[in-house]
Amino acid sequence: MIQIQELHKRFSKNKVLIGVDLEIQNGGIYAILGPNGSGKTTLIKAILGMVLPNKGKIHLNQKDIKNQWKYRENIEYLPQIANFPGNLKVSELIKMIIDLRSKPSSSDELIQRFGLEPFLDKKLNTLSGGTKQKVNLVLTFMFDSPLIILDEPTTGLDPIALLTLKELIAQEKKKGKTFLITSHIMQFVEEVADEIVYLLEGQIYFKGTIEELQNLTHKTNFEHAIAALTAQNV
Amino acid sequence: MFKILKYSFYDLIRSRWSYVYFLFYLLLGFVLLFLNNDLSKAVITLMNIIIILVPLIGTIFGVMYFYNSREFTELLLAQPIKRTSIFLGQYFGVACSLSLSLILGLGIPFALYGLFESNAIFDFSLLLVTGTFLTLIFTAMAFNIAISNENKIMGFGYSVLLWLFMAVIYDGLFLMSLILFEEYPLDNFSLLATMFNPIDLSRTLILLKLDISALLGYTGAVFKKFFGTQLGLFISISMLCLWTLAPIFRLAWKAKRKDF
Ligand SMILES: Nc1ncnc2c1ncn2[C@@H]1O[C@H](COP(=O)(O)OP(=O)(O)OP(=O)(O)O)[C@@H](O)[C@H]1O
Ligand SMILES: [Mg+2]
Repeated sequence: MIQIQELHKRFSKNKVLIGVDLEIQNGGIYAILGPNGSGKTTLIKAILGMVLPNKGKIHLNQKDIKNQWKYRENIEYLPQIANFPGNLKVSELIKMIIDLRSKPSSSDELIQRFGLEPFLDKKLNTLSGGTKQKVNLVLTFMFDSPLIILDEPTTGLDPIALLTLKELIAQEKKKGKTFLITSHIMQFVEEVADEIVYLLEGQIYFKGTIEELQNLTHKTNFEHAIAALTAQNV
Repeated sequence: MFKILKYSFYDLIRSRWSYVYFLFYLLLGFVLLFLNNDLSKAVITLMNIIIILVPLIGTIFGVMYFYNSREFTELLLAQPIKRTSIFLGQYFGVACSLSLSLILGLGIPFALYGLFESNAIFDFSLLLVTGTFLTLIFTAMAFNIAISNENKIMGFGYSVLLWLFMAVIYDGLFLMSLILFEEYPLDNFSLLATMFNPIDLSRTLILLKLDISALLGYTGAVFKKFFGTQLGLFISISMLCLWTLAPIFRLAWKAKRKDF
């Protein structure tokens, strides 16, 4: 369970999170939505300890994460932009991460599922954007952790890879894992998400199921409901 | 931390620049020895080169590696690894590979030349020790500058300035003040001024060990009295350690407080 209390984060003068309160129960898929620059990535990075809050607390399974690092053993993270050391080969990168984590991994199976075998000996800076994202996905899904955080997982994926991704998410969800996913593809969100967390102007503007959102905004179309949510504010 | 160190170290060892750096010293060692045919003279010439070049290379490699490994760093930050381990691991990876190039590059020709039978071995060892210190110090300072500056160009600029200041400008200022305040007793001032620049400190240490303090003129006698003693040597080495540890601690401190 993730508990976030009164989280504040600003980058010099830019106040990004202004008192975020959020509770995420174990199990299920939570979609974190919001316009560009609303602080989704910042919120995720705060949970990972990559961004350090100015104020507020984050607890993971009742434990304060401040200045901790061990808890990341139980989190998998897919960064929004797949930045990898360009001079490494795909296989070297995967091996390195496995070595660093010293945990059993299912990398071979995932490599096969995403059809990455032909690229294993290629350097990362020679890969196409979508192929990089597949490598990114392999790295994220190859360990068995209870919390999986995906920042824009669909970016650059072709339809087949997208299907594979959805299968993977469904398969891992069945094991009782918790997902935090950000995405701007509403169709994808509608398909996978159990609950929506809507971030606007530095705060949680809405939290609930898609149905609740539709009732609130009197819009049956999800995309329109989200748009209405944003418009209500201004 | 050692896993990170290992990866950074291998990453650098495989890179072309490490070889160039290693080969440069190898060549330098051979040329100096076989042209000079005199170990002591070769050590002095080497000192003059090392004292300027090692800080420069440490600085440039330090910033370059820090900025180039940004992706690697980001990847590591999401892993269950302590932040200080990530940055210190990378730092020691760079510093170790540079030191190794220096020690092997110069050590091989000198060993082949018959260093172990000569009594120049202590002078030579001191040269390598100070060279290693300078590598540790300037790489650490470069990492400090890089972690505090998102902008690469600024980071590079500041580190080159730092090197220029320590290697050239500081000495100029020092000499000028000696001339300006000629009438005053400047012994303690000179000693202190030397302590506050690791390059000067290294140079003084080696020169006095080589027993050519006469070259230093008036202040030479004072220096000899200080650095020549056990206590002096102890204090100078401690000063070099301090110079190494201070930027390493600041790096660890800064690493804990940065957003990525
Ligand atoms: N390291 C940083 N330094 C300075 N400002 C930052 C940093 N990271 C994020 N920001 C700022 O914080 C704000 C929120 O950024 P964030 O990346 O969290 O948005 P987002 O909701 O993920 O947007 P997107 O939908 O485009 O991914 C933006 O204004 C961004 O410029
Ligand atoms: Mg984002």
